[in-house]
Amino acid sequence: MNKNNFNIINFLKIYSEDKLALFFLINLIIILGLVIFGPLITLQNPYDLSQLNILDSLLPPLSQAYENNYFLLGTDDQGRDLLSAIIYGLRISLYVGSLSVIISLIVGIILGVVSAYFGGFVDNFIMRVADMVLAMPSFLIALVLLSILGRGLENVVFALVMSQWATFARVIRSSALSEKEKDYFYSARCLCLPQSRIIFGHLLPNCLPPIIVLSTINLAFAITLEASLSFLGVGLPITEPSIGLIISNGYEYIIVGKYWMSLYPGLFLLITVVSINIFSDRLRILLNPRLNI
Amino acid sequence: MLIFLTNRIIQSFIVLLAMSLLVFAAVYAIGNPIDVLINPEASEKEKLKTIKNLGLDKSLFEQYFIFLKNAFKGELGYSFVHNRPAITLILERLPATLELTISALLIAIIFGIPLGVIAGLNPNNLVSKSILAMSIFFFSLPTFWVGLILIMLFAVSYNFFPSTGRGDTIEIFGFYFSFLTFDGLKHLVLPSINLALYPLALIIRLTFAGIQETLPLDFIKFAKAKGLSRFRIITFHLLKYILIPIVTVIGLQFSVLIAFAVITESIFAWPGMGRLIIESITLLDRPVIVAYLLVIVFIFMLVNLIVDILYSFLDPRIRISDK
Repeated sequence: MNKNNFNIINFLKIYSEDKLALFFLINLIIILGLVIFGPLITLQNPYDLSQLNILDSLLPPLSQAYENNYFLLGTDDQGRDLLSAIIYGLRISLYVGSLSVIISLIVGIILGVVSAYFGGFVDNFIMRVADMVLAMPSFLIALVLLSILGRGLENVVFALVMSQWATFARVIRSSALSEKEKDYFYSARCLCLPQSRIIFGHLLPNCLPPIIVLSTINLAFAITLEASLSFLGVGLPITEPSIGLIISNGYEYIIVGKYWMSLYPGLFLLITVVSINIFSDRLRILLNPRLNI
Repeated sequence: MLIFLTNRIIQSFIVLLAMSLLVFAAVYAIGNPIDVLINPEASEKEKLKTIKNLGLDKSLFEQYFIFLKNAFKGELGYSFVHNRPAITLILERLPATLELTISALLIAIIFGIPLGVIAGLNPNNLVSKSILAMSIFFFSLPTFWVGLILIMLFAVSYNFFPSTGRGDTIEIFGFYFSFLTFDGLKHLVLPSINLALYPLALIIRLTFAGIQETLPLDFIKFAKAKGLSRFRIITFHLLKYILIPIVTVIGLQFSVLIAFAVITESIFAWPGMGRLIIESITLLDRPVIVAYLLVIVFIFMLVNLIVDILYSFLDPRIRISDK
């Protein structure tokens, strides 16, 4: 994709050639809208106890409330509207996921670029540490860290960053290494530009495509990971009810046939993650110059 | 080969040592098991006695060296909670976890490779497109939620499969396995399908990508020109060529699955290592946490070594150099 003819409309045109990808992009935008404007459109604030009515508890989907509202997806054991709880939960999940990706991205960019730029001992050291992190499954790293640190939002973000930074550092290092051999990089050095400007003004923008794709993939991954950890009871505390906690709340009711409390939050999580994954898959195809004819 | 093996074993040993120090320091630095273990109404004297018995009065380094000394004897400490050697606790549950991960991996391989081949050969027809879309879908499925849905569908709504436990087991060499009894096999179905979805998606995509890259290569054209049958080209030429990345990923996935078994085991109440570690985390049973992590790291290194050795069998061009 040439920089000169790159604009958002062109991009959307090429992007929407794949109808499935377009469908999921629209999905993603709807979810983002729901998440951003959530408090304005939900039936109630599910965590404001004064708005809950215990008479409404455990109602199946599409049932009428004690006070004339309809619960589209039913209610949970506290009489909470499940749809509102899901939207609030998605907010927390997406917040934690994107925060952890942004921090891992920053850490990864710094370490990756430093590694590629300076080489030698620094490079060796950073990459050996990254290899060690990559050798362990990220789920296990996060689980162990959380078991040591305990539940909490900052702890979850920290654990997610610790299990993800190495992937970013590796990818950024390898793309920076290949960019380093190109002519524009040599000319920038010959011009005696300051190092920070070479790195941030020249090297980094050219490494962007793989970074963007990796970030979207990792966002989906971070959301799932956080949900799994919260489900197991080592992730977010009950005061920050993410989608994983909502699902785990409904777990005990599955056996007695009250399926909706786990089914629908999971479906929302699934749709979010699938949309992000398909978006990133399409981006990967579009941004890969090898496949771009 | 021999030098390669000794080198690798020495390397692995150093990594294991480094990991043990890291894990030990991390687990011991934060969280005080005394608060959990000792009855709050116990007298000061009793408290001190328990602390001394557990060896918690010594400094971190002293504790670590005692731990190392015992580790060489094959003991990884006593569980605070169960009051039994941690390593025995873990090894007792290892067969259950291995049974689960291996059956999940087998499901992924048996279905993944053929589906990937079908999609790779005709990437543009509808079947292939739906296989690929399905693989992205499987990638995105949160394991724990799929577990719940499986229980909901097959255990609660239609009573096809039991949802918890291992069922009947048979003892072989002192270990208990459930895949040899009909009841045990029925118990194995849901958890292994649950665990298999992610590696299945990965293997489908990997096989697909491998075939896409290999099909335009000369040796395939040559095989076609020789008039070999399509079946022979696919099985003997194509698959053999793309097997190396697939074997690597299967090896890596094996370790990942052992970690992810934690989720599946807690949902299906499968009595494996994963449930043990979750219990130990909530009870701050340090020796079990440390021993679990070391056993896991050990399994990882073993699997990686086996994968490296397999390479040289799959591709004679890769010689294991004795450097």
